[in-house]
Amino acid sequence: MMRVDGKLGPVSWSRALMAVATKFKDVKALGGSGSTLSSAIEITAPDIAENGAVVPIAVESKLPKTQAIAILIEKNPSTLSAEFEIPAGTDPFVSTRVKMGETSNVYALVIADGKYLHAVKEIKVTIGGCGG
Amino acid sequence: MADPMRIRANMTGDKVEVKVLMSHEMETGLRKDAQGKVIPAHFIRNVTVTHAGKTVLSAQWGTSVSRNPFLHFRFKGGKPGDKVTISWADNQGEKRTDEAVIAGG
Repeated sequence: MMRVDGKLGPVSWSRALMAVATKFKDVKALGGSGSTLSSAIEITAPDIAENGAVVPIAVESKLPKTQAIAILIEKNPSTLSAEFEIPAGTDPFVSTRVKMGETSNVYALVIADGKYLHAVKEIKVTIGGCGG
Repeated sequence: MADPMRIRANMTGDKVEVKVLMSHEMETGLRKDAQGKVIPAHFIRNVTVTHAGKTVLSAQWGTSVSRNPFLHFRFKGGKPGDKVTISWADNQGEKRTDEAVIAGG
């Protein structure tokens, strides 16, 4: 899959994410994809997004050696929304805004100390943000 | 050329809190115009934030980041007066780099 120690090559990480994103679509759940549910990852986002075009999502990891954080939206046409590489010295925290086409589970995938961990939160969308 | 980013970099304790608002369409490539023609995808793909020659955050984005993207994060090791440099590149080859000076807490 990817290197366990040291620096994350952007390519290997992207590939790993693609693999995870693809797997998502196949198994429709993260349970079987090699990532572990973790309560040390916190997703801050609304339960109901009135406007799917602008959904604020913040992810904070309390896991030591967090190397990367990715935001995946299960039911979007492209599941992988954003991924961030977190060098040492930068807080394992990112906040951004994403588009959501419909109500979906949102996954925060974290690589910490070479391991995949994730948190999940369902966000209900009343007006989608991916259509015309 | 896209409009400049709006960047705020403030000290909070020993950390630098960075908030960025970029000006970009973030077109998904899935929408159609009034004539039914597909509007080509146009979105920021890479974002890099550097401080004192060191990358403090790098991001790869897809089409589902909102229009006029917002980014908020924190890093250690900065001090008031230092510069934070943010660059993005999109899928159509456009690029933009802006700087901000870290303000005191």
